[in-house]
Amino acid sequence: MKKMQKQQENLSNKSKKCRVLGPVANVYAAANTGSWRLERPEVDFEACIKCGTCEKYCPANVISIIKDKVECIEIDFDYCKGCGICANECPKKCISMVPERRES
Amino acid sequence: MHDIKHISKGLVPHGVSACAGCGMELIIRNVMDVLGEDTIIVIPPGCSALFSGYGEETALKIPGFQGNLENTAACAAGIRAALNAKGNTHTTVVGFAGDGATVDIGLQSLSGAIERRDKILYICYDNEAYMNTGIQGSSSTPFMASTTTTPTGKRTGRKDLMQIVIAHDIPYAATASIHNLTDLRRKVQKAKETDGPSLLHIHTPCPTGWRYDPSKTIELAKAAVQTGCWVLYEYENEKVTINSKPKELKPLEDYIKIQGRFKGLSAEQRQELQEYTKTSYEKYIKKLESMA
Repeated sequence: MKKMQKQQENLSNKSKKCRVLGPVANVYAAANTGSWRLERPEVDFEACIKCGTCEKYCPANVISIIKDKVECIEIDFDYCKGCGICANECPKKCISMVPERRES
Repeated sequence: MHDIKHISKGLVPHGVSACAGCGMELIIRNVMDVLGEDTIIVIPPGCSALFSGYGEETALKIPGFQGNLENTAACAAGIRAALNAKGNTHTTVVGFAGDGATVDIGLQSLSGAIERRDKILYICYDNEAYMNTGIQGSSSTPFMASTTTTPTGKRTGRKDLMQIVIAHDIPYAATASIHNLTDLRRKVQKAKETDGPSLLHIHTPCPTGWRYDPSKTIELAKAAVQTGCWVLYEYENEKVTINSKPKELKPLEDYIKIQGRFKGLSAEQRQELQEYTKTSYEKYIKKLESMA
């Protein structure tokens, strides 16, 4: 194993940082997809039954349910794309999509 | 191994540039959640290539490899062989390809891998056209659906991937849909534990290509099963189990009216499509029942 690594190092002596050949992605990063959003989901916390349907079906996995809080649904708006699946699938219809507008 | 720039809940970051309401994104999150960290993924070019990243950025915490469009299964089989040579039998090797890379271009390498009995898990997310390159029709595009290469609607039906792999006597194969995630996750787990090749064919609504409102993704996936456009079944130990059999099919209009790709159909064509779906569904169920 050691021998193999050394050989690779010699071949790619230009990039000492990662001992690999060819283009390799090694930075685990996320794009700021929240900027795509045209509509924002808004939750009526009183009507929510904390069933977890929105959490399960969210394609971006940005919804978390916190059962012991009054504001039981937390949405990460850095990444929410505003697709509206949560609002469409909610059995109690307690999520509504409100347009994102800049107050001016 | 990776430089973690952004924190995420699972193995996939939250900000991936898949379209809003993408079904594939939901699939890969659930698949990665079931398979865990001890996995190597092979991704061909296509929508799923978003997860192998741009430049030095990646969107998966597990090691992966982006091959070519036609050799996903062959690359996965090669990785499996290398792992076997090292005595590693615990790592799962998964190929994650779209319908174009599976039923059209990659069919020969998939066929070869199944024939050699390589222990790989192959996942085909079926969005019924080449979505990443601009919605060209594939052989998985359904009858009468409009794409950029079949603007007046496709004249032929779709290729049946499941029956092709069953003809290879595959140890485990199943169809799944994103509206039933419990069933999907159970099938991924089963496929992971299979000794030998396994295949999952997952129906994936695509808001961009099918031209519908992104919020309807799950609703459409459900409607496809209820109207008989998609059949959930699994093949195991040379036997077929049908997972969902609606007592009475819902009218096809429930499924096609919100999709832009069926918008150009006249009333007669809609009637024809309804009859075509019904007869082919009944024929298919009969065929599956004879294999049970």
